[in-house]
This record gives sequence, structure tokens and C-alpha cells, in this order.
Amino acid sequence: MENTTNLSVRFKEYWDGFKPGAWQEGINTRDFIMTNFTPYSGGPEFLCDPTERTKALNAKLNELFKKERENGGVLDINTEVVSSLCNYPAAYLDKENELIVGYQTDAPLRRGVNPFGGIRMARGACEAYGYKLSQSVEEHFEYRTTHNDGVFRVYTDEMKLARHIGIITGLPDAYGRGRIIGDYRRVALYGVDYLIEQKKLDKKKVGENIMDVDTIRLSEELFQQINFLGKMKEMAAMYGYDISMPAKNTREAIQWTYFAYLASIKEQNGAAMSLGRTSTFFDIYVNRDMERGILTEEQAQELIDDFVMKLRSARHLRTPEYNELFGGDPMWITESVGGVNNSGVPMVTKGSYRMLNTLYNLGSSPEPNLTILWSERLPEPFKKFCAKLSIDTDSIQYENDDLMRMEYGDDYAIACCVSAMKVGKQMQFFGARFNLPKLLLLAINGGYDNVTGMKIGPQMEPLQGDKLDYYEVRGRLDVYREWLCKLYVNTMNVIHYMHDKYAYEKTQMALHDTDVDRMMAFGIAGLSVMADSLSAIKYADVKPIRDENGYIIDFDTKGDFPKFGNDDNRVDKIAQNIIQRVSTELRKNPTYRNARHTLSALTITSNVVYGKKTGSTPDGRKKGEPFAPGANPMHNRETNGAIASLNSVSKLQYDYCRDGISNTFSIVPDALGKTDEQRVANLVTVLDGYFSNYAHHLNVNVLNKETLIEAYENPEAYPNLTIRVSGYAVNFHKLTKEQQREVISRTFHTVM
Amino acid sequence: MECRYSAIQTLGTLDGPGVRFVLFLQGCPLHCGYCHNPETRDANGGDTATVRDIMQRLLRCRSYYGKDGGITVSGGEPLMQAKFVTELFSECKRQGINTCLDTSGCIMNDDVTELLKVTDLCMLDIKMTNDEDYRKHIGCSFDALMKFLDKLSEMNVRTWIRQVTVCGVNDDDVNIARLNDIANKYDNVTLAELLPFRKLCKTKYDDMGIEFPFDCYPETAQDVIEELKPKLEKFKF
Repeated sequence: MENTTNLSVRFKEYWDGFKPGAWQEGINTRDFIMTNFTPYSGGPEFLCDPTERTKALNAKLNELFKKERENGGVLDINTEVVSSLCNYPAAYLDKENELIVGYQTDAPLRRGVNPFGGIRMARGACEAYGYKLSQSVEEHFEYRTTHNDGVFRVYTDEMKLARHIGIITGLPDAYGRGRIIGDYRRVALYGVDYLIEQKKLDKKKVGENIMDVDTIRLSEELFQQINFLGKMKEMAAMYGYDISMPAKNTREAIQWTYFAYLASIKEQNGAAMSLGRTSTFFDIYVNRDMERGILTEEQAQELIDDFVMKLRSARHLRTPEYNELFGGDPMWITESVGGVNNSGVPMVTKGSYRMLNTLYNLGSSPEPNLTILWSERLPEPFKKFCAKLSIDTDSIQYENDDLMRMEYGDDYAIACCVSAMKVGKQMQFFGARFNLPKLLLLAINGGYDNVTGMKIGPQMEPLQGDKLDYYEVRGRLDVYREWLCKLYVNTMNVIHYMHDKYAYEKTQMALHDTDVDRMMAFGIAGLSVMADSLSAIKYADVKPIRDENGYIIDFDTKGDFPKFGNDDNRVDKIAQNIIQRVSTELRKNPTYRNARHTLSALTITSNVVYGKKTGSTPDGRKKGEPFAPGANPMHNRETNGAIASLNSVSKLQYDYCRDGISNTFSIVPDALGKTDEQRVANLVTVLDGYFSNYAHHLNVNVLNKETLIEAYENPEAYPNLTIRVSGYAVNFHKLTKEQQREVISRTFHTVM
Repeated sequence: MECRYSAIQTLGTLDGPGVRFVLFLQGCPLHCGYCHNPETRDANGGDTATVRDIMQRLLRCRSYYGKDGGITVSGGEPLMQAKFVTELFSECKRQGINTCLDTSGCIMNDDVTELLKVTDLCMLDIKMTNDEDYRKHIGCSFDALMKFLDKLSEMNVRTWIRQVTVCGVNDDDVNIARLNDIANKYDNVTLAELLPFRKLCKTKYDDMGIEFPFDCYPETAQDVIEELKPKLEKFKF
């Protein structure tokens, strides 16, 4: 079709009824939302229960989930066909009754193989579940370089060693990096043809530059983006839809958006494949259809319920080693709900409620990862509804919109757990995390790893003497931090160069502005162990215990010392300082594509594995014991109640930890108040208090430890027990027994 | 001025309205048969803190206490350190923080009168409703308690009365009728509530190597409370 400059004329029949604005002059989803959304400050009274159709379809889906569970966690694998946009025929759960269609492979919950990140990972994952990767796929990839191949061609010995001893772990060097959110809404608002036209114009413009490495790479990327937008159309056509033009109604808006998301998860198996911020966007279509008299509230809820059922069916094939780091088979289909716009108007709509209501209509579930962008300005009834949902389902998390809006504006979304980015304008290079307590142990042992017996980094004598000296330890840390940060940035540069080269996210990047802003996301694990260890060295007597070669293998700590999680500035300042120094050090090292350095205190479930790979620490934690997750204080060291604990975490500065500060908070229902009404009101008060202190993130679980112990012992009795672990939620039964024990050992704030 | 305290609970939701900072003071002259915190009896135990220490910690938590919450001083028996609590509450009032006193009402003197002047809400434990039971299970006279209540009324201090229901001790209709009489006699009493007897504290007694006097009674089921609730006219929960 000819590119008509006047889009409002070209798309008149699609856009009729929307308020005009800058969004009609070029791709600008944000402006469309701000111009057209209808704030809602009422309560949940208008919401509809699931229809009979929804219930029947959901029952079918639950039946499949059950089979998947009984089958050891994987229902089936298609080992013959490599996952991509058009490689499988259309699949349905119940063709006549599905309102929103599309599955990743040729059958619901059947997992596809995606060897682009690395063939070994795909092979291993098949074998772990009793399958064998087909000969044809093996042969095809024999002559093809994967991302994993590329990375290992360049990795230095030191990088491999750092990975091997577990000082840097979970790096996306054998699987898709994820944490990229396409602006999937663009497909609904503009249709694919217009997006292709725009990318072609961009490519033409790029071609006018000097053809240096950057220009050539970008130009090839644009070629791929355009190619895959075409494939997205083809994929939709297999389901009988033409998505070349914008969506005409709510059902199409949801379907088009879902197709865009589906194309992305067919192409990529990134760790976190987040959805973005869609509920208020959909609400605009709902309102238009209601005004036209072609949609009822019940039908609107049905569409959202159906959409969410599809999201709950998304799967990737993983290896058992991967599951240790990212336990519970998560996809991080994070949907950000709420927040306030730049003019101070809450972006809560009836659509926000409909999205959250799926937890009641379809039952609690870890996916999609529903994330409330909390602002003190959110309407009171909405705050209460969220608090009630937390108490009832333990399935949602909260992040501070008043904090993030300053940096990311009002159309950002959360990727994975806590990573904010402007939708369609920013992306990140995901970089897992390094092990802080292990860094401390390496530093005091002069570059000797007391778990593997291997040497890495600058080589020095282990620290001498009968008592560790705080300032001497800090001096050592300065040396080893500098070494590790340089190594970490370099390793990330290798990984993301190769990911761009061999596993570029064509579909998702086609749904970004061509001139995208990049962040490189580093991370730390074991923050509270590190802070408490330094506090012990400073305020108590820490006597090192040495092996026959003089290496420090344990500690005898005498006397009390301040512990992170008690609102005690003596140690909280140490924790602040750790983040500040790591962040500052990382920034000294140049990044691939000039990405901006960011940092997170987030572990997913890797706090268990990290603990396993780390020797005893001066805070009294023994060799092999888990760390606390994310930025959490160590289990059961908080002795002044939940608010003191929250206060310690809220002192960590977001400015130095722009990729997020994850905190998981568990409280028994009785400790939150006597009646349901009081519990809701008190939880709202706690959330308001926490976020007004510039805290970043909070997972809320309201449950009794006994429930988890029962579920640990009788998993079959608790198939749907959902709990928040670290920036995401899981079905408790999907965690390994070891991960379950760690979750049970965490602090549950109780009545004193 | 310093206090002796046993614990701080920064997220208290059961000791007064809203979300509260609860300071558990050390020292109690009573020995209630069901005492939940026997470790707080020793007046020389616990840690020390100044008003300034407590205020600093309280103010750091202030944003959590919203419009309904504030500070609750509990124990132990806070009246044993009335001078300290008066100073603490005066400072709270200066800062606009709601003050709540959780007490057995067993002490009355000039220091206590001063304290009640800066108390926004008094949560008064009416453990039993007759003198015999008070002397037997609690260790003071019922009369002392009624004098305290008169004082609260005279000074018009808003008061909630609370009772732990122990089956076989105070779950009978006579007791409830007396509780109603007391609650209805005073206009400043705006709420009366019953709490179930729990034995979670048993381990504390074991750790301290002392006998748990009420170990012989069963825990009170929530059903019992639900049944008694409607009979208590000022019961709101």
C-alpha cells in the first residue's frame, strides 16, 4: 500500500471514535493512551464473574496443567521442528470456544526446541525429560553458529574460570537473554504494514550514513526486523487473521497484541519474556466498543480472561541446571498495572481491574507476573483491591511508580522482576549477577577460592592475624572489586555482541524505535550476607580459621554485631556503601554499544545455588547455606518487626541500583490485623509507608508457614498454591525441594 | 531518661488502632496465670533506651503509621515506668503521634495521673470481674483496677477494655454481664473486646524453667469468642 502521510485518513475506519493526537502522525503508543484513556477511581463492584464458556475452557486448561505436573513438569516436546514464527500449524485448545487464539507450537503446552542460544542446552533439556533431539535439528545446527558457540570462541580463560567457580553465574551465554519488551500494542494500533513501512524508511536513512561497523550492523538488523514483521503476518494468517491493518475492535486489539507477543516467544527463549503495559491500552478499545453498543462488561472480561489463559500456557524448554537458578518454570510475562501519568493523573482504569480480576476468575497463578505500579496517588479503592488480592492470592508484586516515573516517564513497564524500561524505546542487555560474599572470601584469601581450591584474580597472601581488621578487609575488597567489575563488564560485552550477532531479537526489536536506548544490567547476590559479614568484622571479633595451607576456610565470630534488617544505620550504611561502590566501579568500564550501566539486587532463586558454592562467611552463615534472596535481610535476623526490616531495605538507593532492588516480604495473616477489613487497610498503610520512603519493590505474601510445610509434605494437595519468591511468583510445587526448604526458612513476620 | 524494655515491634496491628510501633517495657508486679510474656516480669531485665533513642526509631517508621496508627506502650506493666512513658508520650504529642497505653491498671499514683494526661487511648485489661479471681489468678485486687477506671473516666481518657477469655475461668454469663456493666457504666469506654487464650507462650515458660500456671486450661477456640461476642454490647470486631 502507498504510504499515506495522513494516517488519520488512511486508518479512518479503524481509528474512528478515538481522540486525535500526535499518535496519528507517527508511531506513538504513549500519546494514544494519554489522549484516550478513561481514569476510574471507583471500586471493583462493576467486575463480572467468569462466564460458563470461560469456566469450561479454564477447566480444560487446568486438566492439561495437571497432566503436565504428573508428567514431571513437561507435558510434551516437539523435537523435530525448531521453534519459529511459522514452523508449526495453528493449534487450539478448543477451537470453537476460544476467543483469543494462538499457541507456541503445534499443541497447547507442547514445548518447542530453540537451539539458537546453544544446541547443547536444547539437547540437554530434551534428554532431561526423556526425549532425544531429532537428527534433522542436530544436522541443521551442525553447520550453524549459535550464540553459545560465538561466546565461547571469545571467552578468555579467566572468564571461563570466573564462571566455573561461581563468582559470576547465570550469565545468558547458552540461552536467550530476554528482558526485552516489544511494544506489542503497536501491532494493534497501527497494523503490521505501517510498521514495515516505517522500518523501511529508517533503513533507507541509516544507509545514508558512513558505512562503519555500527551502521552496517544496524542496517542488517533492520533487514531482519522487516523480514520478521512479514513472518508475523504470515503466522497470524495461519490462524485466519490479517494483521496488516490496525485492530477494529477490542477482540482484535487483544488478538493483534497477543500475536505480536506470541511471535516473540516463538522466536526467542529469553529468560524473561515480559508483556509490558497493556490493560489500560485495551480499556480504550473496550470503552469505544461499549459506546458503540457492541460489547458488554461480561464480554470484555471474557476477552481478558481468554487472553490471560493464553499467557498462562506459554512455556519454554529448560535444563535442570537452568531451573536451579530460575526455579518454578517462570516466563516472567510481566504485566505492569496502574501508575500515574506525567500530569499526575492515575492511570488506573476499569481495564486495570479486569486484568487483576483474572486471579479470581481463573484462580491464582504465578503468570502473568502482575505488577502494581504503586503511587501514593492511586485511587484508594484500587489500593484496597490490590491489598485484598495479595491477601487472597499471594500472586502480585508492587513497585514504586513515584520513583520510577522520574526516570522512565509514564509509559514504562517492568521486564522480568524489577527492571524498568520505556516500552518500545529502551532495552537492556541482561547480565545476571555476581556473588558478593564469594568476592569477600576471595579478597581475604588473596585470590584463592576455598570451595574449589582454584586461584583467580590478583594473587596475594591470605590475610594474617587472629582477628580480621575491618579497614584491611576493605582495602582488599577495593582491589578485588576493581578486578571483578572489569572482568564482569568485559564478559557481558562478549555475550551481548554474540547475542546480537547470532540470536538477535528481530521480532521484539521491530517493535522498538530504531534508535533504541540500551542499558546493560549487572547484578549482585548475597547483599545482606555481605553487609552482615562486614558488620561482624567491624563490630564483633572475627577470628579466621585456617587450613593447613594457611587459607581461611571458616570464622569464629564472638560478640554481637548490628544486622541488616533492623533499621540500624551502623550496618544499613555498610549495605548502602556496597551498592554504591559496585555501581561506581562498573561504570568505569566501557560497554558494548555504549549501553548505560545499571545494577540490581535480585537473585531469582539463585540465592540457593550461590550459597551452595560459597564457603562460610563471617556473619555466621555456614558453608553451603543459602543467601537471602534479592536485597532481603538474612532470614530470622530481623528482631524489630517488619517495618524496621522494610526501613533497612528502603535505605538502599535506587540511584545506584537502577535495575531494581527486590524485597520479598512474608507475613502471617494474624499479624496484619484482626479482621479482613483491617488487614486490607493495614497492608495499604504499610505499602504507602514503604514506598513514600523511596523503596523500590515489594513482593507480598500473606500466609502461614504451616501452609507451606503442609504443601512441602503433601504437594498433591496444593496444586495451585502460589507464592511470591523474588520478583516473581511460582507454583510452590514447581520449586525443587531444596528451594522449598529455603522459602520455608525465610522470616515470616508474626505477632510478638 | 532511660527505660528498660524487652522488645520493639515496628509493625503492630493488634495493639490499638491502625499500624503501630509497639514498645514492650520490662517489669511487671503481677503474675497472671496466662501471662504471655513472662520474660518481661523482671524489672531489671531487658535493654535500656532513652526517650531520644525510641523517638529516633519511631520517627523513622512514621510514614507507615498513616492517619490511624501511632505508638503503643505495652509490657510488662508500663505504669511501673510511668515517668519515662510520660516523657515519651509528651514528645510524641509534640510530634503529632497518637499515643496508646496498654495496661493492667494495677498502679495509681501522681506519676500515673501525669501519664494519663498525655495518653490518647488506654487499652485496659480487665482480666477477671471479681476480687476473688483477681487475687487468685492475677495477684492484685479488683478494687485497684476499678479505681484506675474511675480515674480514666474522671480524666475522660478514651478507653478500650479487653479480656482474655479462658474457658472454665471467665467464659460464663455472669462474667460477661459484669463486663457489660463495667463497659456501660463509663462513657469513655468506647469498645470492649474478647481475645482468645493461647498457649504459644508455653515455650517461654519452659525456656525459663518455670511453671505455666494456666497450662491446665485448653486454648480458647475462635468459635467461643464468636459465640460470646454478641453478648458483649460494646464489642465491635
